[in-house]
Amino acid sequence: MSTAGAGHNYLEHGKGLMSWLTTLDHKRIGLMYGIFIAFFFLLGGIAALLIRLELFGVGEMFTGAEYNKLMTYHGAIMVFMVIVPGIPAILGNFFLPLHIGAKDVAFPRLNLLSWYVFMAGSIMAVCTLLLGGVDTGWTFYTPYSIGTSGGVVLMVLAVFILGMSSILTGLNFIATVHKLRAPGMTMNRIPLFVWSIYSTAILQVLATPVLGITVLLLAMEKVFGIGFFDPALGGDPILFQHFFWFYSHPAVYIMILPAMGIISELITTYSRKTIFGYTAIAYSSLAIAGVSFFVWGHHMFVSGQSAIAGILFSLITMLVGVPTAIKLFNWLFTMYKGSVQLQSPMLYAIGFMFLFTIGGVTGIMLAVIGLDVHFHDTYFVVAHFHYVMVGGTLMAIAGGMLHWWPKMFGKMFSEYWARISYLFIFIGFNVTFFPQFILGSMGMPRRYHTYLPEYESLNQISTVGSWLIGTGFLVLLGVFIHSLMYGKKASENPWHSKTLEWQTTSPPFHENFEETPVVTAGPYEYR
Amino acid sequence: MSTGKIIRKDGHYAHHFESAEQEYTSSKQGVWLFLSTEILMFGGLFVAFFIYKGMYPEIFHKGAESLSWVYGAINTAVLLTSSLTMALGIHYIQKGKNSAALTQLIITVLCGAIFMGIKYIEYSHKFHLGLYPGQMFSGETGGVENLPLYFSFYYMMTGLHGIHVLLGMGLITWVAIRTARGDFGPKYYTPVEGVGLFWHVVDLIWIYLFPLLYLVE
Repeated sequence: MSTAGAGHNYLEHGKGLMSWLTTLDHKRIGLMYGIFIAFFFLLGGIAALLIRLELFGVGEMFTGAEYNKLMTYHGAIMVFMVIVPGIPAILGNFFLPLHIGAKDVAFPRLNLLSWYVFMAGSIMAVCTLLLGGVDTGWTFYTPYSIGTSGGVVLMVLAVFILGMSSILTGLNFIATVHKLRAPGMTMNRIPLFVWSIYSTAILQVLATPVLGITVLLLAMEKVFGIGFFDPALGGDPILFQHFFWFYSHPAVYIMILPAMGIISELITTYSRKTIFGYTAIAYSSLAIAGVSFFVWGHHMFVSGQSAIAGILFSLITMLVGVPTAIKLFNWLFTMYKGSVQLQSPMLYAIGFMFLFTIGGVTGIMLAVIGLDVHFHDTYFVVAHFHYVMVGGTLMAIAGGMLHWWPKMFGKMFSEYWARISYLFIFIGFNVTFFPQFILGSMGMPRRYHTYLPEYESLNQISTVGSWLIGTGFLVLLGVFIHSLMYGKKASENPWHSKTLEWQTTSPPFHENFEETPVVTAGPYEYR
Repeated sequence: MSTGKIIRKDGHYAHHFESAEQEYTSSKQGVWLFLSTEILMFGGLFVAFFIYKGMYPEIFHKGAESLSWVYGAINTAVLLTSSLTMALGIHYIQKGKNSAALTQLIITVLCGAIFMGIKYIEYSHKFHLGLYPGQMFSGETGGVENLPLYFSFYYMMTGLHGIHVLLGMGLITWVAIRTARGDFGPKYYTPVEGVGLFWHVVDLIWIYLFPLLYLVE
């Protein structure tokens, strides 16, 4: 494609810090999110490593109070500042408009505002450290959170603000998908990544306001003692749990659906084969989004809800397994008889499928009320959701970043070292979290800073695994930095992918395409 | 709505749209999506309201007695009027009668101010009687246990709504200034319409708050 008349690529379009801080370009905003989310990932990761270090032996390195804070910051940072915004804000911002042949998102100024709101919320969250920290866990359960001192009020207000950023991003994406598709880009021709971001956006818009009012009520509870969640004043702490999980369970799918979108792109590209069951994968995203609103009670099997409610939540939770399995089997059938190339992004995708299946199947186990009563608040649950959130979402982010890296920066990366990073992360992940399934089934409770001596050897294995994961992400960081400095120039379409973003230059123009593309076929016309 | 071509005064639309019509429908969809988040946020409060109303019907009965339905009814009338004037404001802009529109927008803001003024009178009266929310309650419970919880609901719901009224007044002032400046006309009035939708939702929430808090039996 010639560059005559098309102007600069987006990285060269405007120079200096101010051109970034005032940019309305979705690609630049995506990168700005990327830099800070990576930084927060580092913070949350350091907290994780310290947690594992404490659990290396029975002895104390941190006091119980310090451990509680580490655990809270690990959870809150990773959830609200890394995994929830992660894929939509970085890759979604960058590629959603490119995928549908648009020049930008529907509301570019709102998009920039979302970034500033995100930064404000994140800075507030980190500032709680100055107020003595927060020790409630990322769930802020009442009545403990009402009684404890420290920066709880500031932290929940930060969560409120981060939620606003999430809502604005979701709103922007829905309008973009509805209104800005290029001519011929029907809803049945949008890439599956767009379908997943779209489903996620619906969840962001519809679920996050409920978290907003929940944390607002908690803040009012702490400041004015309004009593909604305080039994002494007639309130009910269980109501907080209902409210909290009404958002936070859909939020789990806000975290995983975009990852599934990335995997759909990777599997089809590196299998050189048309995706199997496009429609099924697309609509299963919507199905997961829909069902996710009716399963929050499975977090509360032992909180004192009625047996009928428990049974209903249990059944509906198992239902989530259906659309999820539809996706997995469709990916497998895409690979079947495809020309599978084991490039590093594909390795991450296959790793995702392996780990996510374990995470998903143990999720079904936890949906069984009888088993959940046994496993509740043990390391089994910790292992389960880390297999989904880390084994799923973070593997997908890593794979997606590698896949789209040449497009984003116009530079190739070291395939060899990218594979090394994969080995460290994949092996390290299993070494860290598989023993936790065993520990959990042996009855080791979560959230404590110490444990009985018989749990020590498995905990030590788990801690060694956390070092492997840390090394893997450092290697991956090295791969990216090396690529920026010394990477070979990337062609327009190094992976021979068929989706629209690969049909423009690497990196793309300021306005994405030289002229608005006209779409005449689906996104995966391989063979 | 008008199906004619919508263009701003300077004849342009944002660079990433193919047409002004596309920009208009996108903006409107964005506003509707935002309004759905408002409904869901208030929805949480309403759910809590009904749960506690089921648990302690007596506190809602007793609590409502301390509110003046007259003030509530006046405020309902004031807000309904303001919704009418808001709609008329948009109507006049669509017809190109900017000065008539400006009058309607100013009346709308004034209605918001009257509403807040009456709320101020109501709040100060309750503060005077010690009818504070939850823990801070220092008034007469009349033997009804957990009565302070009613006032927590009262202040949370009307307070959050009041903040939205203030926001709405600010937004309407903004579009009024732009109307006076001549930014809008029959071909471009998207911000006025968006602000109008917001104002109607704020009004609608009050329509539910009034019977639930003031008239409940």
